[in-house]
Amino acid sequence: MGRMPSPLDRTLVVMPAFNEEEAVGDVVREVFATAPGASVLVVDDGSADATARVAADAGATVLRLPINLGVGGAMRAGFKYAVERGFANVVQVDSDGQHDPRGIAELVALLDRFDLVLGARFAGVGDYRVRGPRRWAMQVLSGILSRLTKTRLTDTTSGFRASGPRAVALFARHYPSEYLGDTVESLVIASRAGLSVTQVAVAMRPRAGGVPSHNPYKAAVYLGRAAMALFVALIRPRVQLPPTEAPIVA
Amino acid sequence: MSLGTYLLGIVAALITLGVVIESLRRRHLRERHAIWWLAAGIVALIIGVFPDILGALAGFLGVAVPTNLVFFLSIAVLFLVSIQHSGELTELESETRTLAESVALQELRIRELERALAERDEQAPDARGDS
Repeated sequence: MGRMPSPLDRTLVVMPAFNEEEAVGDVVREVFATAPGASVLVVDDGSADATARVAADAGATVLRLPINLGVGGAMRAGFKYAVERGFANVVQVDSDGQHDPRGIAELVALLDRFDLVLGARFAGVGDYRVRGPRRWAMQVLSGILSRLTKTRLTDTTSGFRASGPRAVALFARHYPSEYLGDTVESLVIASRAGLSVTQVAVAMRPRAGGVPSHNPYKAAVYLGRAAMALFVALIRPRVQLPPTEAPIVA
Repeated sequence: MSLGTYLLGIVAALITLGVVIESLRRRHLRERHAIWWLAAGIVALIIGVFPDILGALAGFLGVAVPTNLVFFLSIAVLFLVSIQHSGELTELESETRTLAESVALQELRIRELERALAERDEQAPDARGDS
């Protein structure tokens, strides 16, 4: 149609989905509408409901995992698919509609300078708020990871992120499936492998199912698990960037 | 030590060894999982037959009550076996994850191939050669 070639043409939007039949269809349609040219892969993470059919009806390619692997597990499968099919970039978007797909183009635009772009929820856009101990926990985490990645990060547990070719190749091999592994540990893996990281402010919508918890006990547990994930990530041997076997063609 | 407790030690060690060897024979256990239990069974049998070894060893190590040395060694073996099992569980989970990914990627590829084939057949019904 005479449209300018855009980096979105080589971008795969990966949406991990576990029992999301209510939301996933609308999110897929919204992604197609707001990120023209991008391909959408819904990774059905062992859902018991009609997630796969709803996503396919909305026009997404559906990768059906036979067992539930968690967000990290679903994402690594998505990265592998991207490598297999020659996509340059991968954008992770939640299938519950919490991420505003209008941010996709913005994240991808920064991939010409950075390997990994995080969509940050607290950087002044949108009305997403977390208060009290959970917020402090996230701030401590962000502080440590900012030092590690040598860039100012305010929302390290964001699941809204774009990966460039080098990050895709790395994550297709190493993407943790533990709790917080897909966010915190993957950041550590990327920065220690020498990838550049940045963040961009994105609007975030309240989740369809409830609000983030402000229970101090849960916040303490969260901080503990985050510290554990960080500690383990830092004591593990650093992984090398896999050699690029063939130049990626558009 | 009465004859009863002397025999009890030997019989318990023999039963342990018997169970482990029988499991190995029936392929219920692989060698690398059986090795700790075999070692523990053999040590238990030797000490059961010659209880004086235990007393001498405890004296040499400065353990006042020889039975405590038995408890210490037993817990050490159980601990090592548990660590080994946790490690193998982690490895199995990681292998399962890789297999699940492969299954999903292949299933998607098969679905796409079937769809492409069906479309080709619709466009050229004679191309199959069996009509």
